[in-house]
Order: sequence, then structure tokens, then C-alpha cells
Amino acid sequence: MADAIDTNTGTTRADRRAEAADTGPVLASDGTPLKASLRRALRAQKLRALMLVAPLLVFILVTFVAPIADMLFRSVENQIVSQTLPRTTAELQGWESDSGDLPSEDTYRALLTDLTLAVAANTHTRLGSRLNYEQSGMSSIFRQTGRNIDDVAAPYLDNFEALDPRWVEPGTLAALMTDPDYFAAARAWREENPVGPFGGGATYDQPIRLNPGIGELLPSAAAIFRDWAEYVRVENSAVVGDEEPWSLFYLRLYQDLLNVSEADLGAYDGPQSDLLLETKRMLDQFQPVSIRDRFIEVDAGWGNPDIWATIKVYSPSYTSGYFLNAVDMQLNAEGVSMQPEDERIYGILFKRTMFMSLMITGSCILLGYPIAWLLANLPMRTANLLMILVLLPFWTSLLVRTSAWKVMLQQQGVINDILVWLGVVGDESRLIMINNQFGTIVAMTHILLPFMILPLYSVMQTIPPSYLRAAKSLGATPFTAFWRVYFPQSVPGIGAGSILVFILAIGYYITPEIVGGTSGTFISNRIAYHISSSLNWGLAAALGSILLGAVLILYWAYDRIVGIDNVKLGG
Amino acid sequence: MKAASFLMTGTAMALAMTPALAQEMSTDMTIVSWGGAYQNSQNEAYVKPYLEMNPDVSVTWDESSNEAVAKLRAMNEAGNITWDLVDVVASDAIRLCDEGLALEYNPDQLLVPGDDGTPASEDFGDLIVSDCFIPQIVYSTTAAYRPDLLPEGAPAPTSICAMFDLETYPGKRTLERRPINNMEWALYCDGVAKDEIYDVLGTPEGQDRALAKLDTIKDEVVWWSAAAEPPQLLADGEIVMGSSYNGRWFSAIEEQDQPFEMLWDMQVFDLDGWIIPAGLEPAALNRVVDFVRFATDTQRLADQAAYISYGPARASSAPLVGEHAELGIAMGPHMPTDPANSENTLLYNYTFWADYRDDIDAKFQSWLVQ
Amino acid sequence: MPQDQSNAAFVEFERVQKSYDGESLVVKDLNLSMPKGEFLTMLGPSGSGKTTCLMMLAGFETATTGEIRLDGQPINNIPPHKRGIGMVFQNYALFPHMTVAENLSFPLEVRKMGKSDREAKIKRALDMVQMGDFGGRRPAQLSGGQQQRIALARALVFEPELVLMDEPLGALDKQLRETLQFEITRLAHDLGITVVYVTHDQTEALTMSDRVAVFDDGRIQQLAAPDELYESPQNSFVAQFIGENNTLAGTVKEIRNGLATVELDGGEIIDCKPVNVSEVGERTLVSIRPERVETNRERLSPDAHTLKAEVLEFIYMGDIFRTRLRVAGRDDFIVKTRNAPDQPRLKPGTQIEIGWLPEDCRALDA
Repeated sequence: MADAIDTNTGTTRADRRAEAADTGPVLASDGTPLKASLRRALRAQKLRALMLVAPLLVFILVTFVAPIADMLFRSVENQIVSQTLPRTTAELQGWESDSGDLPSEDTYRALLTDLTLAVAANTHTRLGSRLNYEQSGMSSIFRQTGRNIDDVAAPYLDNFEALDPRWVEPGTLAALMTDPDYFAAARAWREENPVGPFGGGATYDQPIRLNPGIGELLPSAAAIFRDWAEYVRVENSAVVGDEEPWSLFYLRLYQDLLNVSEADLGAYDGPQSDLLLETKRMLDQFQPVSIRDRFIEVDAGWGNPDIWATIKVYSPSYTSGYFLNAVDMQLNAEGVSMQPEDERIYGILFKRTMFMSLMITGSCILLGYPIAWLLANLPMRTANLLMILVLLPFWTSLLVRTSAWKVMLQQQGVINDILVWLGVVGDESRLIMINNQFGTIVAMTHILLPFMILPLYSVMQTIPPSYLRAAKSLGATPFTAFWRVYFPQSVPGIGAGSILVFILAIGYYITPEIVGGTSGTFISNRIAYHISSSLNWGLAAALGSILLGAVLILYWAYDRIVGIDNVKLGG
Repeated sequence: MKAASFLMTGTAMALAMTPALAQEMSTDMTIVSWGGAYQNSQNEAYVKPYLEMNPDVSVTWDESSNEAVAKLRAMNEAGNITWDLVDVVASDAIRLCDEGLALEYNPDQLLVPGDDGTPASEDFGDLIVSDCFIPQIVYSTTAAYRPDLLPEGAPAPTSICAMFDLETYPGKRTLERRPINNMEWALYCDGVAKDEIYDVLGTPEGQDRALAKLDTIKDEVVWWSAAAEPPQLLADGEIVMGSSYNGRWFSAIEEQDQPFEMLWDMQVFDLDGWIIPAGLEPAALNRVVDFVRFATDTQRLADQAAYISYGPARASSAPLVGEHAELGIAMGPHMPTDPANSENTLLYNYTFWADYRDDIDAKFQSWLVQ
Repeated sequence: MPQDQSNAAFVEFERVQKSYDGESLVVKDLNLSMPKGEFLTMLGPSGSGKTTCLMMLAGFETATTGEIRLDGQPINNIPPHKRGIGMVFQNYALFPHMTVAENLSFPLEVRKMGKSDREAKIKRALDMVQMGDFGGRRPAQLSGGQQQRIALARALVFEPELVLMDEPLGALDKQLRETLQFEITRLAHDLGITVVYVTHDQTEALTMSDRVAVFDDGRIQQLAAPDELYESPQNSFVAQFIGENNTLAGTVKEIRNGLATVELDGGEIIDCKPVNVSEVGERTLVSIRPERVETNRERLSPDAHTLKAEVLEFIYMGDIFRTRLRVAGRDDFIVKTRNAPDQPRLKPGTQIEIGWLPEDCRALDA
């Protein structure tokens, strides 16, 4: 057969092969190398296959892979601290948290700048909530401080006013800091676009331009002035001259005046240069105050080294803190340690979740196996009817089913009533079957049972009854025949059902929430709490990642012990 | 501080200018609320009247208030805010405000004065517990019991401490599965003076003390997570007393004729109100502002009390509270704020719980599972 | 029904009936008796009740009425695993999760046999079916023929006296089937076991069996040795079911001297042997085997009745010629002739005359 004659050319394959050996690569009929044309043919095929799976692929990427990646990222992400307090965290690098001392005055000044900008951007309270997860009280420190941030450096404004009242006259600062042309244009624009009765109005669309030379003369004051002016222009629709700057500006101005030489000041001839020079000469009358003390005055928390230690520990952009919290540990200035005994909860919940999920899986096997067997062996009509009964729970709302169990199992419920009526239990000693682990296992077994029955059924359907007959004809008792012949063949169904049920159970939270009471709740209930109530998404993500890891490990173990090719979801 | 005052009102100005300019207003509005009787009361008292006045406007309800915080954060991260107005409890409003997810506002600019001319900031007074929170109603978490389930000869309970008194009032009771309110009651019944409760609760010893008190009844407590559970449990005879929102008890007692008695002692006042999500389009914002100004005026808030037994948040609304719209009973005596009911009350301390909730919750949950 | 009572009966069915739904009988009044060492085949179309009979014997179905005896003992109430009957299934029913050796070991293990005994017996059984090297394989790694050999070995390994086979070769190709047919008969005779074999393939039944029971409509239509079955079918069902057969419908005109004269529906007169017709005027189906039809007038007796026929088709089949004729108004009359030098190769369209010996033509029930 190998040398079948090619009807087109009359040559045999052997001929052609000999030919090919002479000339190099095998050629297709059109003369191109065979490999290339095969590749081309396959490429088109592959492309078509890819196009067919593309919608699903994109769907899975968007709805499954991306959220999981996002979750993993969130569980370590901690950029909010360094983004909100960039200067402060940089200053804190040099501070020893275990020294017992407060950070330097410079750190507090950096904090003032960071917080002033954060308050303007409305991000300080978010940072407070973030840090509050690590230390109680952070939230109100940041809220309180944010509310009064402009008080912190207010004494500097008062000092300037005391030195020379011109400093608080309208227009002085604008003239000193802004480009005269810009100032004039802005004012003219304001004349045409008056402020409405409730304040505000249209926004001037030109970004601020500073006075030439002022940036070199008073660098830090000019920088913060620019930030402020842009903030009020964009956020408040104000133009320069309408508003009074942050008191931080006066602190910066004071520092710049301290640093600048009189000669440089004298050489400057921009607007208000005489005011600057006079102020510089009177600077010895200035009564500077400690920004640290001012912060402590605004909120006593700033005098607590622990607060600073927490900020420092959580300065890095990525943290193990969420994961540590998720395993009942904490990260603080002293390093990693266990949570106080009375705040450990996740270890218990993880163990309980595993234990209960295994119990539920076990009960599902015990209850589901005989039903699946019946389904697979009954005549079609009866089996279909039974199948409808199995699927019936799917057609009922989860909440309804769970609530029904509540009615059934509660102390004054149907089952207890029947037991009391039968005299099995006394009226005074009604069984507690709900709001505990028992109730959760019962309700969840009921809810997840179809997920066990369906794969079991589909596997059992493929086991011909002749195996059992063969076993019996070979002399096996019905039990031996079942146990040694039928059961091993149904193991893939048990495996598939167990994996389904276990993974579903481990992540369930509605049912445990309703019937679990305190002893029947799962780790997923805490995850839900952190997602929807405490907003600690980082911790929720860490808990979720651990759960995911646990499932993967179990899956791996299952593969090693049973073999994943022994899992069958269908025929 | 002049500078400080403009900072405070920074965003509020952007918001408050809009009604004056009153340009473009969107014609649909998605309002988020709690569903059920409460949402119905809002619909009857101000949404329907507003729609009658503005027939071109349509309102979509979204019953997502219990997960509003998480959803708003998710919407914010996705950069697509689909809600226009969200009804939340005050503590959630504080959280949303802290997260920058809700719009800060200036009460006197945004809200209309009371019908007696009181500026809004005074009319609502202390109830504006956050810069973003627009109060609607005062409700309370309070206790109720079933006289027929009490042991014979036991006096009718008059104090919240009956909850902790297993000797006189044996049987199961139900409390909410969270530390808030329970910790306060525990300390109060452990002998802590009312005005010191939060000071004590701020210390680890105080927290332990509260948990120790709760420990004495732990075995007899059924913990609820949905407010509908306690009336059901009490009706089924599963418990002898429990805590829930006063509106839930009201509807069980008055609308369903359940044989419950209220135990107003040490009811904990809490607030519910609107927040406007940050980042709305101008047209949507204009519409929402227009609606909120209407929905929070004196008469509208008083009207709401005809449908549910929650107190209007405006002082000026109280005298206008009338009868229940269907039952025809005077609603005054069922208000948590009624003098007879509010002899001994506690105001939920929002700043305290904003700070300590995470820690105390961890302790509380850990205590629960052990 | 012929009853073979000559030897001591080993397997007996007595007045056995089976109904699944209480309304209709699948097996109607079955009486059967077979001696030890016999190879008996139950042959019939599907739904004829043959498999049900086998299952009743194996114990997987219970007889609705009647008694089944094995070696003289009633077994109606003995569960299948205590009957000690070996069985081979159509789909082999080898346990897929066990190796070949484990499959064979299974019946020995449940009989609590020691390990060394087991190994010896497994080896012997495997050698017996020439599969000695395959003990470590899984069934899925074997071909269909190999699997059936293993199934056979497994049914034999515990040395049952009676082995039931339920269409064991049905899923195999023709060549393999023939090899295995031969092997099964050889093994059965060598081992002296009694075999009840179910098939719907008549060739299989004829080549393998000592006796064949032809089933139809829940009854045994004929129980006889293969040659008797072929040569002397007792009724038209058997005649048509076994081998190729030409049938012509007609009415009995006369019965005389063991010969019946039948007038076909077209008016032609033929002679035949009355098998189950007894009265003149009775309707009958006349059956003639294609190879017994004579096309050469000279080989027939002078007074024999002949029929006119027209050749429709001539098929050269190597060893034989197969000719299709139009006879007595029917287009499907087949004649088979040996490929011999003196045999004419008939051209379509040719008019010929055909006939047969009266004893080759059997007048059966209509």
C-alpha cells in the first residue's frame, strides 16, 4: 500500500520520496514546501478555533481571571499611605519607632503639608479608615485633624499680621505671588463672571502663573501657593485674590524668609518687595511655634508614638499586614506577633469552614448516593419524575429554602412539634437544631445535594447493570458485588460531586448567615462582612486568597491521592 | 478662621450653586433605599408628590441600601456612578463621607429652612452627624417582649436590664449579631453610668467588662442579623424578648396584632438619611438637589410619619405628625422621640464607633465563636 | 414439543412462564430439559424470550410460574451468586477497574480460595484461552476478541458445571467470531461443561450446538440437532428462520402415500411432503431450500411436477451460483447451484423449467 500509485502523475510515492531526498524539502503539489503549506492550513484552522473560543475566553478573562488577580493584588496593596503622606513617610524613614520619642519637627511639618493637600483632595479620611484597621482611633484622629488642619499653622498667619497688617490686606498676596498680567486678566474675567448668590460660578480656565523670580526667592512658599491657587481655581471656581491661602503658606513663607539672604531680597524688585524686605528685618520679633505642639493640640493622638509607629510600619506600598491579620497575627512596630487571645477569630473560622464543608460533603455523599443509584437504575419514567424532585430545589429561591428550614428546625418548629407530639422529647427539652452547626449542615446539605447527585447520576448511568450481574454470577454476594465492582466505578462521580459540593460549601455565606447562629458561620461570612460592612477589602481579599489557596491545595492533594482524571462530571 | 470656613464649604458650594442656576436637570433618578415598609413610606410621603409636581421625571428604586457602602465604593472604582440618591444609616454615611464617596454639603445652602423659618442647620441640629449626611428620620433600636411568655408572677420588665436578668425572665432572647448597642446595654446594666459608657467602652478593660456581662446570657441568646427576625422569633415563641428597630415592633404590634409589649428603656437612637454620591453628572446632580430640597422640607418629613413609626429628623416637623395613613391611630405615641418613650435613651455615638468598630467587632466576633 | 428424557436431566424448565407487566407473557409455557455436557443454543429473533430464559436460569429474573431445576434441585429461590453458574455477557462485563488477573481472581476470592491456588487457576484459565501474557493488563487495553477470551476465562476459572453465554460474539467481526466459535465449542467439549448459549445468529447456532432451541413468541418452536432443524423444520417459522428458504403459498389438493399435492395460488400444481398439514383444502406454505431446486429436467423423475420459471438475475459467488427466478408470480425465488463444469450459467430472460424431489419440498403451516 505504501507505494500506491498516484493517479495524477503516474509516479509512485517511493519515486517521489527518492526525488525529495535529492532536492531537499518535500514539496506540495503547488511547489511550496509541504511543511509550510501544512503550517498554513493548520494556522487557518487554529485561528478559526481561536475565534470560536474567543468570546468565552474574553468573558472568563474579564469576569474570572481579572477579579482574582485584582483580589490577589488588593490583599497586599498598601499604596494609600505613601501616596497620601509622601513627605511624612519619607521623613519617618529616619525615625526609630522603638525609641519612645516622637518624630522630629520636620516630620510634623511634612505631615502638615501632606495633610493640607490631602484635605484639599479629600483623601485624608480614607487614609484614616485604612489605618484604623490597624489601630483603633486612627479614623477620628484623621477626621478631627482634617477638620482643623488650617488651625495648625494659624499662629504663623497671626505672626505675620502682627508684624505688618498689610499681610492680611486683600490683594497683597496676590500681588506678591502672581504674575501681574495673570492677576489682571483673572480679575477682569471675574468682573464678567460674577459669583452667584450661593457662591461659586464658572471656573477660570487659565492655570495660575506666578510672579517671575518669586519661585527662586521663596521656593517652598511659592510651591504651596501654586498648589493652593490651583486647588481653589478648580474646586471652588475662585480666582486669585478671592480667597485667603492655607495657613501652611505662612509657615513656608516664614521659613523661606529665614533662609533667604537680605542681599537677595534687596536685589528683588517685584511687587511687594519692600514688604518682604521689611518683614525679613523684623523676623527676630517673630514668635515661631512648634508644629508638633500644634498638632498635639488639635488631636492628642499625634503625641502618641504608637500612632506614628503604625504609620511607619504601614508606609511601604505593599504589606503583609492583611495576610497576617487573616491568620490572627498582626504587624506592628515590634514586628509580627499573634493577635491578642480575645481577638483571634480567623483560625477558628477557617478550621470550622473546612470541618463543616467536609461534613456537608459527607452528608451529601451519604444521602445522594442511594438517590443517584435509584435514578440510574429505575425505569426512565420513574427516574425522570425523581429527577424533577431532585432538581426542584433549584427552582426555589435560596432564601425561601433556607427560611423554610428555619421554620422546620426551630424550637417551636415543625420537627420539634412532631417529636413532642410523638413523645420522643419533652415539651421542656425541645431540641436546638437551628442557629448552630447542625442547622447549617442540614440546610446546606439540602441545598447542595443536587450538585452531588447529578455527577453521581451521570457516572452511574454509564455503569452497565451487567457488571453487577457478572459479579453475582461469579459468586459475589450482592454487597460484595456492589462494594468491589460497582462502587469503585462510581468513585469518579463521588470525586466530582465532592469537589463541587466542597468548593461550593466553602464559599457559601447566605445560608450560614441565616441559620448558622454563632457556631455555624463560615469564613465567607466574615469576608462578606469586610466587603460590605467594614469596607476592609484588603483583609477580605487576603481571606479570599487564603481560601482560594486552601481549595487549590485540597485539589492538588485530591489529584495526588485519587487522581484528577478520576473525576467525571458526565458520561 | 476664615480660611477654615471656606475649606469646609469647598465642595458644598459647587453643589449649592446649582439650584440657583437651575439649568439642565435629568429626567430620571435612581433612588436607593431599603425596600419594604420604609421605602413605601418614602414613596408615599415625598416621591409620589414630587412626581406629581414633575410629571416628566421618572424614579427607579434600587433596594440596595444594606450594601450601599460596598456598592458605591465599587462604582466609584469603576468610575461609573449609577445611583443618584442613596438612603443609608448615619454610620454608613460617615464611612462614605470618610471614603470620599459621598458629597459634602452645606445644610443652610442645600436644604430649605423649617416652615417656622428656622435655618436647616438648626432645624436638624445635632442630627447632621456627618458633612455628607442629610437626615430624614430618627429610629431606635429597642426591646420588646411577650407578656404571656413571662413566668407567672414576674413583674412586667421596665428596664433594658431585664435582658440580662435570667432569673426573673428565663428563656431565650434575641440580640443583634454585632457589638453596637449590645456593648452599651451590657455596660449600663453592669452599673456604668450612662454618660460614661463610651469612655469605659474605649478601654480594653471596658470592652472585656461588657463582654463578661454578655457572657452571663450568652447561652440564652439567639443572634439576629436581619431586623425582620426578632418579631418573627417573638411571634413564634422562640424567644421571650429581644431587640429590633422600633418600626419593626410597631408593625408587628399594630398592623399584625401581635401580643408584644414595647420596652423603650435605653432605646438607642439612630438616624437614617440621604447621601448624594460624589461624582454625579451636573444634570443628575441638579435633579437630585431639586428633589432633596423638596423631600426634606418640614411637611414632607412629617408626612412620612403617617406611614411608619419613625420620628422626623426636623424639629419643626414634630408638631405636624398626625395619624397613621391606614390604621388611623395617632402616630405621636409610637414615635421613639415621644416624651413617654424617651425617658431614658442613648444616642448612638458615631465617632466612637467609627474609631472602635473594627477592633471591638473583632473582639465581639471572637467572643461569639468561642 | 419433543422432550429429550433419555439422559438424566441436568437443567430443566418445567411449565415456566414469565411476565413483566402482568398483562402479557414474555415466556409462554417453557419446557426444556438438557443433559449434562450438552451445548444447547437458544436461537431466535430479538424479543422472542430467549434472553429472558437465560436470565431466569442465571437467577437475574424470577420465573412467574413454573419451576427451574438444576441437577434435580429447584433453583427458583436461590440467589444468583449461590447458583454457581458461569456466565459470559455480550459486552464482556470485564471489571474495568481491575486487571485481567484481578478479574479472574474475583470469583476465586469470593470463594475464599488461597492465594497460591488462585494464581494457579488463573494461569491455567488464561493459558486455556491463549491469553497467558495478559494478566497485568487492564480490559481497556485489550481488543474486543481478547476481552471476550478473558470473559470466557473468567466464567470458567471457578470451574462451574454450567456456563451461560448471552450473545458473547455479537460485537465481534466475522473472522474473529468464527475463530472464537470454534474455540468455545472446543473448550466446552474438552472441559465437559454444559453450555446454554443465546444468539440470534443461526450460523453460529448451527455450527456450535449439540441442539438448538428455536424461540419465537415466547415459545420454543423446535428443539433439535442442527441438521434436523435445517433438513426438517417443523413449521414455517423455523423453515424461514434457519437458512435460506423459498416459500410458496397454496392449498392442499390431495394427500396420498405420504405425498401431498398442492395447488399454488397461481394454479400450478406441485408435490410435497406434508409436515403439518393434514386435511385437503388446508392453506399451506410450501418450503424448498434453494440448493434442492433442480434446474435440469433430466435429473427429475418423469412424472414429477415442474414449474415454469424466468431467470431474473444470475450471481456468480465463487463456489456457487445464485440465480433469482420468477416463479409462480414471485420474484424472489432463489436457486443455488454448485459451480461445476456441467452447470449452465443462466442468462437473465431465459425461460427454464424447475422441479424438485417431493421429499425436499415441505408443506408447512400457513
